[in-house]
Amino acid sequence: MKARLDEQTIALRAAREFADGSVVNLGYGMPGLCADFIPEGRTVFFQSENGMLGYGNLASDAEKDYEMINASDQPVTPLPGMCFFDSAAAFDMIRGGHIDVVVLGAYQVSEKGDLANWGRPGRPATGMGGGMDLAAGAKKVIVTMLHTTKTGEPRIIRKCTYPLTARQCVGLIITDLAVIEVTPEGLILKEIAPGWTVPEVQALTQAGLIPASDLKEIEL
Amino acid sequence: MTVNKVFKSCDEAVADVSDGATIMVGGFGSYGGLPINLIVALSRQGAKDLTVIANMGGVGFELSKRIKPGGYQDLGVLFEKGQVKKFIGSMPALGGMPPDSPLEKMYNEGRVEIEVVPQGTLAERIRCGAGGLGGFYTPVGVGTVVAEGKERKVIDGKEFILESPITADFALIKAHKADNLGNLVYHRTARCFNPVMATAAETTIVEVDELVKVGELDPEVVVTPHIYVHRIVEVKR
Repeated sequence: MKARLDEQTIALRAAREFADGSVVNLGYGMPGLCADFIPEGRTVFFQSENGMLGYGNLASDAEKDYEMINASDQPVTPLPGMCFFDSAAAFDMIRGGHIDVVVLGAYQVSEKGDLANWGRPGRPATGMGGGMDLAAGAKKVIVTMLHTTKTGEPRIIRKCTYPLTARQCVGLIITDLAVIEVTPEGLILKEIAPGWTVPEVQALTQAGLIPASDLKEIEL
Repeated sequence: MTVNKVFKSCDEAVADVSDGATIMVGGFGSYGGLPINLIVALSRQGAKDLTVIANMGGVGFELSKRIKPGGYQDLGVLFEKGQVKKFIGSMPALGGMPPDSPLEKMYNEGRVEIEVVPQGTLAERIRCGAGGLGGFYTPVGVGTVVAEGKERKVIDGKEFILESPITADFALIKAHKADNLGNLVYHRTARCFNPVMATAAETTIVEVDELVKVGELDPEVVVTPHIYVHRIVEVKR
């Protein structure tokens, strides 16, 4: 088995997309790890849909305050300049286009950038949380996920079979094997994990990939 | 003349909740911001056939230990006692947890109905109900199961769906401080759904960490104006 990127490394790669001064929301699970990987010299304002803007890293055990959590229920640390607001105001920000980037997890992404990230077979009682609002309202949607399911099935597919979060919303997909841009022309394979070839990644991707003219190894 | 809004206990504050009532429960879903003592009092009180509106369905005491060491009580206590006939919220169950929450188990046994609503749409539906509006058009949910059966409208070339207002008979709210009139301030992310739900119920019941005298809260920082608050219980944490 060839080595794939671990979740920390996927988060680190995703965090490199955050421009200086941008407002970023991190979804449930792996995306939350991005808070610890802001590139040096950049300021990023993390927004959380439970009503917080400008928080810091995940809190250490000694720092934990369960009345100061991100949307993944993890305690985070305060930063100077941060502010709190209620859920209605938080979603005005989100729907109103005031969030530059949201990083979301996914079960499936289609070749058109459709996102399915909240419902799966056997779990009819799960919900979308703020995912639909974020996918519809953020200026850019980045998906971080594992390239295949536990049983090796592709997650980047021609058409989603799980319930949709939003249509044609995903801009960039970052997995443990590749960085893929969603464009009107199709899925552009921009970067590839060390030691992997294009045919190997394509074999694990149901949707067609178009290798970029400047395709390179994932830079970290 | 001022009405005395201060109740001695959570049990007294929820005593008149009747069977079939619609109850909003503030917080985000996990520990912070959840009116835990009011929820537990309602579970002791025993009202049945409730419709509960909350962001999340709760995970129950056992799974809560994965979120906070030692665990905590949440909405699970109402589902465990079979008091709820319908849940409305954005995260009835968490996909990242095993399917063992009280609500998910009840649902899988066909004993409770669920209406799933995107989180921002939930907040806005409550705000509409509180503010006397008849609904709103949102782009959230277009092209998904959420849009099924709803009016669609194209505004400036973009597709929207019509969402309806929500109100409740009771709102159970957690705030940090109240004065005797019922002005409220919150603590950090424990604010979340509490202020909007506090405005949308016939009777709003608040548990607070600290009750202070009228005049002690800076009017510039009051989040919930006192006219929305009907009952206050101080529960020191």
